[in-house]
Amino acid sequence: MNKDINAPAKQAEEVEYHVNMGPQHPSTHGVLRLCLTLEGEIIEKLEPHCGYIHRGIEKMCEKDTYQQIIHLSDRTDYVAAHMNNHAVCLLVENALQIEVPERVKYIRTIMDEMTRIQSHLLWWGCYGMDLGGMTCFFYGFRDREKILDIWEETTGARFLQSYYTPGGLMQDIHPNFQKRVKEFLKYFSKKLSDFDNILSNNVIFLERSRGVGYLSREDAINYGITGPSGRGSGFACDVRKRFPYSMYDKVDFKEILRDEGDTLARYQVRMDEMRESMHIIEQLIDNIPAGDYSAKMKPVIKLPEGEYYQRVETARGELGIYCISDGNKTPYRWKFRSPCFSNLSVLDRISRKCKIADLIAISGSLDLIIPDIDR
Amino acid sequence: MGYSRYDFTPLLHSIDQWLYSVMSPAWALIVELTLIGLAFLIFYALVGLFLVYAERKVCGFIQNRVGPNRVGKYGIFQTIADFIKLLMKELIGTKDADKLLYNIAPYIVIICSFMAIGAIPFAQGLLAIDFDIGILYIISVSSLSVIGVLLAGWSSNSKYPLIGAMRSGAQIISYELSVGLSLLTIIVLAGTMQFSKIVMAQENGWFIFKGHIPAIIAFILYVIASTAETNRGPFDLAEAESELTAGYHTEYSGIKFAFFYLAEYMNMFIVASIAATVFLGGWMPLHIPAWNGFNVVMDYIPPVIWYFMKTAFVIYIIMLFKWTFPRLRIDHLLTLEWKYLLPINLVNILFMALIVLLGWHF
Amino acid sequence: MSSFFKYFSDLFKGVKSLLKGMAVTNRYFFSPGEIVTEQYPENRNKMKMYDRFKGEVIMIHNEHNQHHCTGCGICETSCPNGSIEIISKRIDLPDGKKERVIDKHIYHLGMCTFCGLCVKNCPSHALAFGQRFEHAVYDRTKLNKILNHPGSSIIKDIEE
Repeated sequence: MNKDINAPAKQAEEVEYHVNMGPQHPSTHGVLRLCLTLEGEIIEKLEPHCGYIHRGIEKMCEKDTYQQIIHLSDRTDYVAAHMNNHAVCLLVENALQIEVPERVKYIRTIMDEMTRIQSHLLWWGCYGMDLGGMTCFFYGFRDREKILDIWEETTGARFLQSYYTPGGLMQDIHPNFQKRVKEFLKYFSKKLSDFDNILSNNVIFLERSRGVGYLSREDAINYGITGPSGRGSGFACDVRKRFPYSMYDKVDFKEILRDEGDTLARYQVRMDEMRESMHIIEQLIDNIPAGDYSAKMKPVIKLPEGEYYQRVETARGELGIYCISDGNKTPYRWKFRSPCFSNLSVLDRISRKCKIADLIAISGSLDLIIPDIDR
Repeated sequence: MGYSRYDFTPLLHSIDQWLYSVMSPAWALIVELTLIGLAFLIFYALVGLFLVYAERKVCGFIQNRVGPNRVGKYGIFQTIADFIKLLMKELIGTKDADKLLYNIAPYIVIICSFMAIGAIPFAQGLLAIDFDIGILYIISVSSLSVIGVLLAGWSSNSKYPLIGAMRSGAQIISYELSVGLSLLTIIVLAGTMQFSKIVMAQENGWFIFKGHIPAIIAFILYVIASTAETNRGPFDLAEAESELTAGYHTEYSGIKFAFFYLAEYMNMFIVASIAATVFLGGWMPLHIPAWNGFNVVMDYIPPVIWYFMKTAFVIYIIMLFKWTFPRLRIDHLLTLEWKYLLPINLVNILFMALIVLLGWHF
Repeated sequence: MSSFFKYFSDLFKGVKSLLKGMAVTNRYFFSPGEIVTEQYPENRNKMKMYDRFKGEVIMIHNEHNQHHCTGCGICETSCPNGSIEIISKRIDLPDGKKERVIDKHIYHLGMCTFCGLCVKNCPSHALAFGQRFEHAVYDRTKLNKILNHPGSSIIKDIEE
């Protein structure tokens, strides 16, 4: 408090109302800090401050061999660990021009799509909780547990599996895998209607999400908003369609696109993607060909000198890995183009003139994973 | 009627006469007031603790969990353990808070809910005071608690609580209208505001059946509006855990926080008991005219049990609201009140008046 | 007039959607069979982890307290964060030659990220994953484990 009596008396002037949302806040899902400038409850300006969980993963990758990088890529976007592994593996395999066995491609595609379902389930639960429906959180996590259980049996871990390895997989799938995946698909297709009844068709939810946080297609392209968030604005950015890898050029699936560009559209894209992922798994699960679970690899992998870029479609958007190799067993430069970082950049633009409650809905609909932003 | 075998009036009268016979009238009055106050204090604490436990169990079952199950069998002592923990916690305040208002706010909130409980009839003769304007009294007393909420948010000298308090000010004041109007619909049918008379008038059928369509509409409107008035989900914008961390009581800790917490559950109990009394017959057993055998059997169930069963039913509905729906936004909340609940309520009262005038009710 | 009908159709649609949601939660409330909670400390005895579960790295010993580890150090080099240290010693063989054998296979569980590279890369399949997962201790030095049991020796029956 300024107690100086010589100081001019403070006028009743308009003062900007600053609120710090985060780094400890229930709905930033981690340690993201948003500095809000408010006018009443209306957001005038929003500044994201990231770096609270920066661990220097890219630098750590530069001291690791290509097999070891796998376990670090798990820890960027930890909800979609398999997909991050996939990007590293594809980068190494394409650089060395190794053809992996068909079986590996099938298993990787199935695992990726299961990752997409469980990631969207986690998002669905958290999104429901952000909007105030605590029950959604438990239903989402209940069904996600079933996928984690299947993974635990095959990969040995529930969360950070490190299952893919350059050239193939760490180990073959468990004998029960196919049976349990089919059981899950049957179970989950029934539960999806519950999800619709609780949240998707709920009038309170529709009112809160329709028309909120409009993101135009141009903005989505300019800001590099990929994944379901970009496809909700009509930006056809699905890497699985544009630059197919693994089995994606052979399976039949739709790229979900919506033109509305609001929070509801991003929500519906994710809900439809879960159904589409189930469709992909159904096509592959019975036809996994016999064969090796890994190609023959040298124990020490050295990429030829040069620059490499590999992209995959993770649950949140396009994950790109840029790598410069100087011919050694460790990369010279390693860079993740993480989808959440780009998606966060647009938050200020689409949440201006919204209310605080809308900001929660918008940031939830972008599906931000904070360790993926900070790496 | 059969239910009068459970009448509490003779018992309470004999206690009253005994007290007046052994001491001077002034002392007898003081002792009586003290006894009633103590009885309500204990009742208040017990119901509060039980409701917290019940809510945790209900939400647990809804969410495919088991809820608290560690402290005691089925976790029944969980809330008592929590309460002891809250009692022992340090009271932390903010710098530059308005100390007087900051300390007074939890008491205002809890006293308002405490005052309202006195007028509720739990069984025949079992109520502290039988106002002839009982409903008016309860509405006015329970609407005072918004002052405590506003003071709590304002005096904390913190940003999130202030936003929460301003939200709840707009919310409670507007939903007060709907609560009043939906109760007014039944007052039109009953012709009285006295709780004991309202309950007696439902001897041959509860008002929700007697008043059929308008009464059912009024019941639904009352449950929605009173949920909003008690700041419970999906109308818990003032607390809005995922938006404002904890809203107006962010800066409170220990027993002061417990006061807010307990008052929320007691307010829920009070609105549920008003709904049970006014719409579902209060302690009156279920009577169907002309089914005499059925009525006699129903009369054997004590009125206190009837009362608590009905209250529990309404409380379950209110809990189901909270654990199903996402939270409303502040403008949708006001839209719901001013665009839907209030006009429907006004038309409903006219409709009810018409039905009463034409004698179309049962 | 159309706005009049829209008002009521919106109202009824909204109420219907809310009732549908409440029907779901109400159904779960009355079906306790769907409860998925694991009663963890109570079910410890009958709880079975999957065979592949990565709880900790262990060294497989047979009934004669023998293991396969030759102390080659491949696990040490393949570990991404230095959780494994190999300390070897030289022993005198009966025929006068000296041989390098493992003295201590130190495993820092506190640093391990369970990537599985040591187990995968071990040429003599000496390492494996154990299913034990209750690793909580009060002192982190207790997480530094020596994997080869005291007095253990290498299984000699493998012919090079």
